[in-house]
Amino acid sequence: MENLIALLVAAPLLGAAVLLCGGRRLDAVGQWIGTVLAGASFVIGVVLFADMLGKDAEHRILIQHLWTWIPVESFQADVTFRLDQLSMTFVLLITGVGSLIHLYSVGYMEHDERRRRFFGYLNLFLAAMLLLVLADNYLLLYVGWEGVGLASYLLIGFWQHKPSAATAAKKAFLVNRVGDMGLSIAIMLMFTTFGTFAFGPVFSHVGETGEGKLTAIGLMLLLAACGKSAQVPLQSWLGDAMEGPTPVSALIHAATMVTAGVYLIVRSGAIFNAAPDAQLAVTVVGAVTLLFGAIVGCAKDDIKKALAGSTMSQIGYMVLAAGLGPIGYVFAIMHLVTHGFFKAGLFLGAGSVMHGMNDEVDMRKYGGLRKYMPVTFITFGLGYLAIIGFPGLSGFFSKDKIIEAAFAKGGTEGWILGGAALLGAAITAFYMTRVMLMTFFGEERWRNQPTRSPEAASAEPAAEHHGEHAEPHPHESPKVMTIPMIVLAVGSVFGGAFFSIGDRFLHWLEPITGHSEGNSPLSAATVTGGTMVCLLIGVGIAYAMYGRRPVPSVAPRGSLLTRAARRDLLQDDFNHVVLVRGGEHLTRSLVYVDHTLVDGVVNGTAASVGGLSGRMRKLQNGFARSYAVSMFGGAAILVAATLLMRAV
Amino acid sequence: MNPVNYLYLAALLFTIGATGVLIRRNAIVVFMCIELMLNACNLAFVTFSRMHGNLDGQIIAFFTMVVAAAEVVVGLAIIVSLFRSRHSASVDDASLMKL
Repeated sequence: MENLIALLVAAPLLGAAVLLCGGRRLDAVGQWIGTVLAGASFVIGVVLFADMLGKDAEHRILIQHLWTWIPVESFQADVTFRLDQLSMTFVLLITGVGSLIHLYSVGYMEHDERRRRFFGYLNLFLAAMLLLVLADNYLLLYVGWEGVGLASYLLIGFWQHKPSAATAAKKAFLVNRVGDMGLSIAIMLMFTTFGTFAFGPVFSHVGETGEGKLTAIGLMLLLAACGKSAQVPLQSWLGDAMEGPTPVSALIHAATMVTAGVYLIVRSGAIFNAAPDAQLAVTVVGAVTLLFGAIVGCAKDDIKKALAGSTMSQIGYMVLAAGLGPIGYVFAIMHLVTHGFFKAGLFLGAGSVMHGMNDEVDMRKYGGLRKYMPVTFITFGLGYLAIIGFPGLSGFFSKDKIIEAAFAKGGTEGWILGGAALLGAAITAFYMTRVMLMTFFGEERWRNQPTRSPEAASAEPAAEHHGEHAEPHPHESPKVMTIPMIVLAVGSVFGGAFFSIGDRFLHWLEPITGHSEGNSPLSAATVTGGTMVCLLIGVGIAYAMYGRRPVPSVAPRGSLLTRAARRDLLQDDFNHVVLVRGGEHLTRSLVYVDHTLVDGVVNGTAASVGGLSGRMRKLQNGFARSYAVSMFGGAAILVAATLLMRAV
Repeated sequence: MNPVNYLYLAALLFTIGATGVLIRRNAIVVFMCIELMLNACNLAFVTFSRMHGNLDGQIIAFFTMVVAAAEVVVGLAIIVSLFRSRHSASVDDASLMKL
């Protein structure tokens, strides 16, 4: 059975190779090759899953050793795959949601002439992500990690003729590099500390290692996770990544990329468990990000950017849970899976809305779309109910558990983290209700508005076939797009209940991540009640602001916080002032030091030697007698020195 | 007679020769002063040979004479050709070896 594991990665990798090297003759069928190979990977995943379910919990770890990669003395890196319950969960999520997104893209990218390449990149993305979650050592994981970064760069900048997309791709890549540095330093630290970076040996040696080193490794891993999972302070790339085609956003936000950081932290649980300071840092990052993302999501009028803020916030929940240690690991992964369903559904829904609205993304120019796009409305609505945690839907179960676990951390920390998570739930309800109301309810604000500027329309090739209407004609998307949305909506509705009833998910993951209950100061019922109250408050405020009053087509100026949130809470300004300006000043001062000090020493030496030679040159006057004087003088000095040495 | 006196004489002759080399301009006189210095050395060698009771110094004196003879040949040839080209035997006139 373990021989099948490599095929999981090989199928999409083959797809990427065929599509990217195959040339134009594959243009007509490229999208189907990509989709079928992604689907094949999913089928293999399901087969392995069925096989795994048939075994006892102790025998569920499958190892496939492919070849020895770098054999240098004590530095041994193998290409070995490890399929256990944790990676199995990810494999099913990545390939399942990934295949649905492939299918959706067949419809969404129908009129893009570079479609074949797009599917090649999608397959590459899946392959890299699968490599990341299946690797049995940190170095192989790093390969997948970098592959994900590359694929995301290619996909975010897929419409590279738009300067904004090209810039966004570069930004995502650069910000990710900062995180990647963290991971590579962590791997180096592991090698110097443990002499290996394979999962098994590293985790078993944790007990014999000093806490300081483990904290350092943990913090570096956290930095890595921050980069990939768009956590504060490395969150700035996520909003701009919306420049990519919508299926890419769905893929990045639901199945691949941003989940990698959470995976890394949960996978390295043994290290974090032994380094409480690093764990505390993880929870702080998670709590700050969940509020940060939620606040940004509230102010955005671009539907995709509002959803991006939401992703940041939801990943913040997962990171928070992962930082809680064994109390939270299982729930972090559970929320990750349910989030994978509903966020993919929401993004595909947003893509469907844009598809029907001439690629308009401004929600202020939507309104009343429920009549025109019933399927999109219902699937998006179910995703909406799931993300805000409506009782019975998947977000309710997974988010509730995280809030409970945060309180169970105990002490003041528990209250602060739990409070932040509760507040986040209220804000989530607010911004998602806002998105829902602005898009599908209210007046039809897209009627009687001026034509979009020709630059904007021609900038997006997908818009070309719509022509440039004075007014969009909202219509439902084709079946190939709606079917994945329906499947994901079903997952968003039932996933949480399926996982939670009888603690199925807990029992499934417990052997890998471990689990402890913690002692919550509040009963489960109180937390659920509190969450419900927060939910109602959030929905209520949003309804009062956007449901009962008409939404203006042009955004009002807004309060100071709103304006800051529209600018992503000044993250770019901060980066610009502190990092870009700071970097410039640092570089300038280094150049100054180089020019004055380093060059000064070198040039000064040369100049003084030159000057001295110029002087000494004058001694060479051509008179034989003056040479004779120096000869005699030299001889006299030698004789005198010899006599002097004798005397001493 | 105390052989050290010969050494004094040799030193005196050498000093006269060296001074001549340094202060005279006529190439022929400079040349003769060089010969004087060489012979002062020879005198010193022979004296040392006598003082130490072996023949090493006398042998070296012969060598010096041979070298001096060769040097006279080359040196006079140079002086003659110098005189032919410049119509002067002053060493200061041949100050071409400079930058």
